[in-house]
Amino acid sequence: MSDLAVAVATFRNRPASRRRRTKSAVLTALLIAAVVVALGVLAWVLVYVGIQGFGALSPAFFTHNPPGNPSVAGGGFFNGIAGSLIVVGIAAAIGVPLGVGAAVYLVEYGRGRISGTIRFFNDVLIGIPTIVIGAFVYAIWVTRFGFSGFAGSLALAIVILPLVTRTTEEMLRLVPNDLRESSLALGATRSQTVLRVSLPTALPGIITGAMLAIARAMGETAPLLLTALGNDLFTQLNPGKRMSTLSLQIFDNAATGFREAQSRAWAGALTLIAIVLILTFVARYFGRRVRTAGDR
Amino acid sequence: MMPPATAGGIVAIDGPATRISLTRRRRRPGEAFFGTGVAITGGIVLVLIGAMIVFLIVQGLPAMRHYGFFSFLTSARWAPSEAKATVTTPNAYGIVQFIYGTALTSIIGMLIAVPLAVGVALVITEIAPRRIKRPLSSLVDLLAAVPSVVYGFWGIFALIPAIRPVVDFLTSTLGTVPVIGAAFGGPFFGVSYFTAGLVLAIMILPIIAAVCREVFRSTPRDEREAAFAIGATRWEMIRIAVLPRARSGIVGASLLGLGRALGETIAVTMVIGNSVLTINHSIFSQGATMSSVIANEFTEATEPFHLEALFVVGFWLLIMALVVNATARAIIRRGVAV
Repeated sequence: MSDLAVAVATFRNRPASRRRRTKSAVLTALLIAAVVVALGVLAWVLVYVGIQGFGALSPAFFTHNPPGNPSVAGGGFFNGIAGSLIVVGIAAAIGVPLGVGAAVYLVEYGRGRISGTIRFFNDVLIGIPTIVIGAFVYAIWVTRFGFSGFAGSLALAIVILPLVTRTTEEMLRLVPNDLRESSLALGATRSQTVLRVSLPTALPGIITGAMLAIARAMGETAPLLLTALGNDLFTQLNPGKRMSTLSLQIFDNAATGFREAQSRAWAGALTLIAIVLILTFVARYFGRRVRTAGDR
Repeated sequence: MMPPATAGGIVAIDGPATRISLTRRRRRPGEAFFGTGVAITGGIVLVLIGAMIVFLIVQGLPAMRHYGFFSFLTSARWAPSEAKATVTTPNAYGIVQFIYGTALTSIIGMLIAVPLAVGVALVITEIAPRRIKRPLSSLVDLLAAVPSVVYGFWGIFALIPAIRPVVDFLTSTLGTVPVIGAAFGGPFFGVSYFTAGLVLAIMILPIIAAVCREVFRSTPRDEREAAFAIGATRWEMIRIAVLPRARSGIVGASLLGLGRALGETIAVTMVIGNSVLTINHSIFSQGATMSSVIANEFTEATEPFHLEALFVVGFWLLIMALVVNATARAIIRRGVAV
């Protein structure tokens, strides 16, 4: 307010001088330039990956494994794509229910300091480097049971969990209390109210949050280096063994220095971006419905 | 009795749910089970963070014992591949150059990303016509959806060739100035601290912009209108009505971006060059960060204390990330989904 008070004295009864208007126009232009830069980079990344990826994509990319010799053309990332689906699938099966449960606790059960603490550390966990999560899973799991797709799933579940908790909590808070009170007034127990009233009402939003978290996990590479390790040449569908994922294969093939391997990596990058963007768009579609429903 | 339910639609409710205390005479075991179950899932977050600290220390302990707890922070010599290492006379593992790399790349990233993100957020909240606000935010959010490994790959093949002429110009001009020249010296091999900083800037921009957007949006409408009413131009309105209130929010948003930059791994590993031996002073030279050295050497760490030393790096990285994120969250409190 004080800034405003000072400003009143400065501007009173004085139409904006040309100098001030020019300054405003110049700075507005600078701000818009920032947007142009941001969107320009986005377009640059998407178009570049699109061009490189489409040039390298073929039906065989989705049905074959990489050739044993990285300098040979052809082959694909079938094992990585299958591995990504399995690893992320298990991670979601672990992380999403736990995240929803934690959010139910925060909104429907928790109170006071404990839930405040949990909420705070949940936000902090979102910002923990995923490579550290990978090192942690290595310490608790890989040291005992060896590298495996499942270890990768554990790491990604820790990536997914706090994101799901956060969005589910926000969605549960949008459920009107009237609904809960009506349910309780009808004689439903608390758990019945949660399971039959609160969660179903918030479901579209919860799905959105889960899909965005899964999209994020799909693109993760660093924690998988320390857990799933990768298994470049063979199809491995058993999560108890070391496994390749799409992201790991892009990383490995991009670094080889062979043009042929790099072009497979570009096809992989395009596939990965496509998966992530489709998940994001579908999630946003659900999310838009939620938001319009929640508009005041 | 309760008020009648509001007609139609869902109404957003702020604040905690009203507690209704029912008599618990006929409390069923299923109820207690469910309540306990969700309470346990709620506690997992706390257990996880505690366990991360404990297990990283436990894994790094042999190295911490052998070299001393703080010795890692006083040496910049990391030489895992030196020959003749034995358990009694192992190689040197100082991590100062990684802390330096992490700090330098994060600072470069922040210097570029913060002004851009604030600008983007201001355009979205204050300048853009109503109809394009939502699509504009979605597009900027898309920057955060692109996977790290893709940014790294793109960085190697698209970004480095594009910046090479600029950097070559800088190394041949700024790089030859007597005192500051050391910070901008060549030769430039493409992969460098600077390249990593650029990629980080792109990756943290959408995060900072998203938080700033929420912060700017919370400026009271009356104050903007008051500013316009006294004849302020648009920039003056932003300067006197929007920015003063948003200062702490911008700081919080920047810290959140910093937290992300500190820990970003794969993209940085791909474009920084992974030169671990010592501190390289020029921002255009190759280096390594705390996260990149873990990603790069973890599965090949067979020398004595090498793996343990990497866990020590991970431990300090975790501590840095915890401090930065906790501070950021404490500043911006809550409510922004990133």
